[in-house]
Order: sequence, then C-alpha cells, then structure tokens
Amino acid sequence: MKKKRALAFLLTGAMAFSMAACGSQQETTNTGTSSQAETQTQAEAGTAAEGTTASEGAAAGEDISADITMWTYPIGSFGDEETVNGFIAAFNEIYPNNNVSVEYLDYTSGDDQVTAAIEAGTTPDIIMEGPERLVSNWGANGKMLDLSDLWDEEALADISATSEAVVSACQSTDGVFYEYPLCMTTHCMAINYEMFEAADALQYINDDRTWTTENFEKALQALKDAGVAQENGIVYCGGQGGDQGTRALAMNLYNAEFTNADHTQWTMNSEAGVKGLQQLVDWTQEGLLSYDAGAQASDELQLFANGTVAMTFCWNASNEAQYASVVGFTPYPVAFPSESGIPELCGGIYGFGIFDNGDATKAEAAKRFIEFICDDATQGPLSVASTGFFPVRASFGNVYAGTDDEARMEVFAGFGPYLGDYYNVTAGWAEQRTAWWNMLQQIFGGEDVQTAADAYVETCNAATAAASN
Amino acid sequence: MKVGSMSGKKQYTKRSKVLVMRETRAAYLFLLPALIFFVGFIIVPMIMCLVTSFFNYTMTDFTFVGFGNYIEMFQDPVFIRALKNTILIVVVAVPVVTVFSLWVSSAIYPLHAASRSFFRCVFYLPVVTGTVAVAVVWKWMFNKYTGLFNYVLNSAGVIDENISWLGDERFAIWCIILILFTTSIGQPIVLYVAALGNVDSSIVEAAQVDGATNFQTFWRIKWPSIMPTTLYILVITTINSFQCYALIQLLTSGGPNHSTDTIMYYIYYEAFRLYRYGYGNAMGVFLAIIIAVFSAIQFKVTKAGSVD
Amino acid sequence: MSEKTKKKAGNLSIYKLVTVIILVVLAFLFIFPVYWIVTGSFKDAMTINAAKPQWFPLNPTMINYEKLFNNPALRWLLNSVAIAVIAMGLTCLTSSMAGYALAKKRFVGQTLLFSIFICAMALPKQVVLVPLLKEMSFLNLHDSIWAVILPTVGWPFGIFLMKQFSETIPTEMLEAVRIDGAGEVQTFLTIVLPIVKPGIGALAIFTFISTWNDYFLQLIMLNSQRNLTISLGIAKLQAEMSNDFGLIMAGAALGAIPIIAIFLMFQKYFTQGITMGAVKG
Repeated sequence: MKKKRALAFLLTGAMAFSMAACGSQQETTNTGTSSQAETQTQAEAGTAAEGTTASEGAAAGEDISADITMWTYPIGSFGDEETVNGFIAAFNEIYPNNNVSVEYLDYTSGDDQVTAAIEAGTTPDIIMEGPERLVSNWGANGKMLDLSDLWDEEALADISATSEAVVSACQSTDGVFYEYPLCMTTHCMAINYEMFEAADALQYINDDRTWTTENFEKALQALKDAGVAQENGIVYCGGQGGDQGTRALAMNLYNAEFTNADHTQWTMNSEAGVKGLQQLVDWTQEGLLSYDAGAQASDELQLFANGTVAMTFCWNASNEAQYASVVGFTPYPVAFPSESGIPELCGGIYGFGIFDNGDATKAEAAKRFIEFICDDATQGPLSVASTGFFPVRASFGNVYAGTDDEARMEVFAGFGPYLGDYYNVTAGWAEQRTAWWNMLQQIFGGEDVQTAADAYVETCNAATAAASN
Repeated sequence: MKVGSMSGKKQYTKRSKVLVMRETRAAYLFLLPALIFFVGFIIVPMIMCLVTSFFNYTMTDFTFVGFGNYIEMFQDPVFIRALKNTILIVVVAVPVVTVFSLWVSSAIYPLHAASRSFFRCVFYLPVVTGTVAVAVVWKWMFNKYTGLFNYVLNSAGVIDENISWLGDERFAIWCIILILFTTSIGQPIVLYVAALGNVDSSIVEAAQVDGATNFQTFWRIKWPSIMPTTLYILVITTINSFQCYALIQLLTSGGPNHSTDTIMYYIYYEAFRLYRYGYGNAMGVFLAIIIAVFSAIQFKVTKAGSVD
Repeated sequence: MSEKTKKKAGNLSIYKLVTVIILVVLAFLFIFPVYWIVTGSFKDAMTINAAKPQWFPLNPTMINYEKLFNNPALRWLLNSVAIAVIAMGLTCLTSSMAGYALAKKRFVGQTLLFSIFICAMALPKQVVLVPLLKEMSFLNLHDSIWAVILPTVGWPFGIFLMKQFSETIPTEMLEAVRIDGAGEVQTFLTIVLPIVKPGIGALAIFTFISTWNDYFLQLIMLNSQRNLTISLGIAKLQAEMSNDFGLIMAGAALGAIPIIAIFLMFQKYFTQGITMGAVKG
C-alpha cells in the first residue's frame, strides 16, 4: 500500500515537472509571438490580416503567407527597433501576409549566438551582416541559400557599375552568391580638427584629405611638441572588431599589399608590410603614438570622442553619425597616411543572407523582404540612408541628396575612389583576424617584427589552405 | 566525505533480503527525479561529448579520426600555452583562496556577531554582484587611460607611465587572477566561519587550560576538525579556477598574445568561432580528466592529513 | 594572572589590531567595485571617461538609466530571476530527495552512483555545451529559459551537498517512525525535511547565485532579445563602436543591487543554514 502511494506520489511529481516544463515553454513562446506582434504596431495591417489569411491572400493575388525572422547586427540604424519596424510596416503594405520579426544582435556575442543557433537548428530566415565574411562562410558550410535569383542581370550590372569588389564580396570561394548587398563604406581615420589647428599640424594634410607618411610623422611630432592631447593616437590591439583600422594603418604606411592578387596568400610579411609595422613600433617607442593591447576599437573611439586622443583609426560615416551629438570638437575625417600619398582604404560591404531552413515558403518570403529592402525604388535608398553608408547600386545615386547629411556624406563619398582591394574574401578570414591582433600584440610586446609577421602569415596561410580544401 | 560512514551499516546486512529490496526500490524512487535531470542533461551530453571527440566534427564534416584530435592538441602551441595558463591560475588561485579565506575566517570568528556578519557579507559581495557586473567594473578600473589604477598609482608616484593592465603580457593574467580571487573567496569564508563554529568548544577550552598556545590549539584541534571543509573548498575552488571563462571572454579575449588564453576559452574559440566541435570536445575531455586528477590528489592528500 | 598570560594578552591585542586594520582595508577593496558601479551609473560620459576620476558624481545624471531602459532591461532582470528561482526550486526538491536516499538508504549500486555524481562534478560544464545545444534543439527548448534551467538542475552538486546534510539525520529517529508505521513519503516530509531544512536554505542560495552567474550557458542557450538575462544584457551593452561605461554601469547596478539587497535580507538564514552542519565529513 505504502509503496504504491510513494510510487504514485513520485510519478505524479515527475509528471508535474515535465508538464510544468512543457506548459511554461508553450507560454513563453506564446507571449513571444504576441509581443512580437506588439512591437510591430505599425504593421497592424499585416498582423490583423494573419487571422484572415484566406480572404486577404486571395485579394493580394499571388501573395504568400509566412512568418519570417530576421537577425541583424547593429549596422547604422539597423540596430534600432523603431527604424526597422518602420521598414517592416512599409513592406507589409505590399505583402500584408508576411510577418517579419526581428532580433538585434551585438558584435560581442552575436557570432556565438548565430553559431549556437546553427547547431541548434534555430537559425532565423534572414541575417544582415557586415564585412566579416560570416555569410559566405556559413554558405560554404551549406547553411545558406543560393541567392542567385536575386542577382539578376539588372542587379549584377547595377552593382558591378559601383564596384566589381562588391560582387566578389558576396560570392563564396566557389562562386555562389550567398549574400545580397545593401550598402558599403570605406573605412578611414579622423582627427580632432581643433587639436591639429592648435598644434599647427593641419598643414600636413592635403586638401583632398590624404597625407603622406612623412607628413603624418611631422604632424605627430607637432602634436607631441604642442602637447595638446594626452596621447596622439592609440594603436588598439584588443581583439573584437575594428581591426580594419589597424590593418589599413599598417599596410598604407609603406603601401604594402595585404594579400596577393588572387587572394590565396597573405603578404604582410613583405618588406613594405614589415616596414610599416616597424614604423608603428618605432613611433610608439618615441612617444608619437601609443598602443594598448587591452583596448578595443570601442575604447579608442570613446577616448577620441572624449578628447583624450587626437585621432582615431576607426572612423567611417556611421561612426561619425553616432558620435556627432557626443563630441565637443570637430571630427575631421582623413584618409590613412601612405608613402605614395595614394592610400588604399579598406571597404566594408553589408548585406543579407538567407538561412536554409528547409521551408520554401519562408525562403520565398525572405527573398521578397530582401528585395524590397535593397531594390525597391523608394525603400532601397531609405534603407541605405539608415545605415549611414553608401548604396551598392549605382542607380540609387546620392541617397543623401537634399538631406541634412548631404554635406557630411559628401566628405565620405570623396574617399570612394581610394577603395582598395577587398581582400576580406580570402579564405580563412576568421583565423586571420585573431592572428592579426595577436601579431600586433607581439610586436608591441617587443617581438621582432619580421619574425612575428612571418609567423602571422604562416598561420593565416595554413588557415587559408585548410579552408580552401 | 566518508561515503560509508554509517555506524549502523552492520545492522542492515543482517536484515532479510526482502527488506533490502524494498529499500533499494524506495531509494531509487527518491533518486528518480534527480536522476532524470542528471542522466538527461549531464550524462547524455557527456557521452556525446566523449564520442564526438574522436571525430573531425565541424559544421559540414563528421568523420572518424580516432585519437587525431588528441594528437593535434599536443602539437598545438596555443593549446599548450592555454594549458600552462590554466595550470598557473589553478596553482596560484587555489592555495591563495584557501589560505586567505581560512585566515579571514579565523580573524573574524572571534569578533562579535555584528562585525562578523558584516565582514562575511563584505567578502561575499563580489559573488552576489554577479560575474559580469564585476568584470565590467574591473575592466573600467584597469583601463589604461581612464582607469582608476593608473590614476592612483600615478598620483602616488609609483608609476610614471600609464600601464595597460589587461593589455600587457606581464600583468594581464595576474589581473584575471586578482578578479577571480575576489569572486572566489566569499563562499569559502562563509563555510570556514561555519566550520569553526562547529568545533567543539569544550575541547578548545580544555586545551587552553592545559596551556596550549593559540597556534597549537589551531593546529591540533581546529585544523583537523575543519579538514572536511578544507577539502570541499579545495575541490570547489579548483573546479571553478579550471573553468574560468567569463572573465577571459569579457576582459581580454585570451590576449595579449595568448597570455590569458585558458583551455576553457580556447575550447570556446575553437568550437564557436572556428566551428571545430570535435577538437573542442577533445580538449574538454582532456580538461575533465585533469580536473578529476587534481581533485583526486586533493582527496588523497587531505585524507592522509586528517587521519589521526 | 601570571606573567606569561599577560604577555600573551599584550601580543594578542597588537595582533588583533593589525588583523582588524588589514580586514578593514580589504573590506574597503571588496566594497569599492560596488560603490564604483553605483556611482559610475550616475556619471555622464565626460566625467566617466576623464583621466582624473571623480570620486563622487558631482553632477549626477539619469541619462544612463534612460538609455538602459531603451532596452528591455527589466525583462532581462525578470528572466534572470525566473531562471534562478525555478532552477533553485527544482534543485532543492530533487537534491533533498536524492541526498536523503544516498545518505540513509542502503541499496544496490549506491557507492557506484555516488562516485558517478562526484566524478560528474569535476566535469567542466561548458564542454558539454555543444551536445547540450543539440539536445535542447531536439527537445525544441533552445532559446527558452528551460534550456538554461534543466542542465542546471541536472548538476550533481546539490545532491552531494544534501547527502552531507542528510548524514546528520539520526538513524534511530527514522527507525522509530518506521516502527510506528509511517510510510516513506511521510517519513521524508515529517522527519527528513525539517532536519535538512537549513541545508536546503544553503543550497537554495548557492544554486540561485551560481545560476545567476552562469554567463556562458545563458550566452549559448538564449538569443531573443526578450529571453536574455541581465548578465547577457550587460555584456550586450558593450557595443563594437562605443564603450559607454556609464550605461554599462547602469546595467551592472540594475543586475547587482536587487540581489545584494535580497542577500543582505536573507543572509542570516543563509549563514545559519550553513552553521547548522553544512559540509560535515
């Protein structure tokens, strides 16, 4: 008797657990969806229509009905819920039965979350990503859909007219288009105009905002002599984002090439590359620059915004927009200094990819959404403008014409012609990024530059070879 | 920790088989809920982890490589570096935490109740503050340009050039150990204070009457009776130090120049950044073995010490 | 009083004084980060990033909190609380039952089972994450709080702790009620639970805090904005292109202060629980 009672007690207990578990799980998902709906109040037409799919669907003709999800990194205002909801509302005016819910990733943990989602099979339909080759990488791993139907002849021609680099940036190593681009930028640096003025160092910058390595050094010396800033500039080497700034700085000083022309070998251990890296080390030893292996790009930017340092190596149109209201001085964008005076700036190309979740309807809806955001004659330019970058489509022209940002953006547009080789497409990119930080940390820590650069290139080449197999 | 320390054990063996069966069944019913969770969410993934460590397991690949991952591990300079760092952290943090917490507990134990509980709370504070919150505030204090440390040391004339605490190979790992120390010491202190309270005070008094010095009373009477607590603290601190991950991820990402890479962080890096799950799992299995060995040694040593 | 004891007393007081001074200094070092979090959260960007720190916010601002609540920060806090409380409840229940059985029952496979529990404690939790991820996705629980709770409850630490506590239950007492005809459930509820109650209290707090701090598990298991925990939220506030320490401190304060308050309120029970015979041999 007692045994049975005990057994019954335990069994009911265990069942209660599992039921509680299931029940609350359901509850979570339910509240999840309902509040997704809430966040899309502007999209009310869309959500309301969901209940009456049949009639609405018929009215909209060949419209399909699907709930899709998008994850986005904070690329300009694409990290801002209000802006994105506005875009979704516009999308729903045309496709009322396609619900789009959005999750906002950050750069610190975003990659891990996507990796986790890929392994757990809970990937979103759409992902918006920056220039770190994630989409292509996932594509090469068979996780993404081929987007060649978005890349029709018109799109290809229009985008190629801007730059062939954009086209190749969206292809995986085997030539498949896994990414559909929206916007691009050239990364540059910026100086504190007032500080340069005070140090009489503006004379070293050409009118077209380029400068030579020689003049850059003179400017650093002038700043140091004038003592206007706590530090002239910081070569940050703490690993997360912003590596493009340090790469562009080191390679441009003596016009080095980052990779070979067909993107199969890394070449920063060349004479010019090592010379540039050595120059940075020398400058830090002379007190003309500072380095901090504990600082990330974000720390350096904050110090620049704060007036602690006279220049930042991590600048672009979007950063300027973000910091515009915070800074108490004039951030003056300039190109990276180079020996020849003609810099080769790093580009960033941002776009969308679609995860292969095995649902053709959702994939179709996702493609429509991407097409609407990137290609629609009205929405396209708006989307681009919200990122603070430049369109990849030549036909969009100047998306900032007539806006408050026109003059500001013109400055950045001026850097366009200096856009260098888009070496990000080289296989083994993720390993390269880590190895790069590591090499910087080594050389500033006193390691011989040539040795460190050789080791770095060796690591990267090994990764490239492994990834190409 | 004495697994079979029941005095009544003999009685049971004399009982009838039926009774033993009944007890076994009852025991397993009591264990059932725990076992469901334990088997489901610890044992099953553990076995999967062990099995996949013999595979080249990535996003696209799943081929058997035997001990390939394990062999690669020992030829991987970064792994070796991470292993050394991990052992450094454990070898420094565990004794320091244990000795220090014992000292603090013995120091605050004789104080009167209010101050005792004040200090106990204070040392527990970093634990309840939360690892992430603690990590971010230390990150700020260690900042090369705007951090408190450089300001204070500069003002005091100790240094004349700002130091990048987390960005300098000489200091970074010590900074991590320092933070780990502040977040690890709370629980041992609480436990030691409790354990000291459990020491039979009549024996202590008797010893003092016999003219034993403080040191003698401590060493002869208190130390043996808090031995189980010490063992427990050693094991827990060892496990926690081996698994130090969040601080690394939030503060240094393993840098500068791999000087703060730990095995745990490197597992994460290989698995979640480079998608090499099999390799990561192999390192995990290896780490588990090391921790088990360390814990076993501690069991042995402290057991031997407490026998008298 | 003999000469010797007098001298000893003199030494003792100097020793005591030094001890107290060291303790106070250390206490200051342990309190300071919390103070710095709280005051930092009220400083504006200029002050916080100045090379010369402001020991006390002279121009306190709420801007950081305004920015913080542009995020669903309260929701994050609630998620953290929900995860910790549910994990705590389940762990206490399963562990006290299992601990009692391990300590007070003789059964086949007892030693083996206990050894397995002990060995599993040595396992770094994080290494099983990828398999765990697969399992959660199979159970359709990924990105729900249960993906964090279930593995936490499975962790055998609580069983170990409760076994230690249950050893203190007098066997005679169990025998006595058995002779009186009490069933297993009744025995557990009326005899075992009241005795191990302090242990449950201690386990509850340990579980709560370790769950709260289990950043990595949360990072891997949760992605939706609304399912994040406060730990993840704080980490998320560190953006790539800006490092707003004020905002981050506001997040840290929001995460830390409620827990500190709860801890201070309940610390009496907590330490009482441990004193009543926690980790006994």
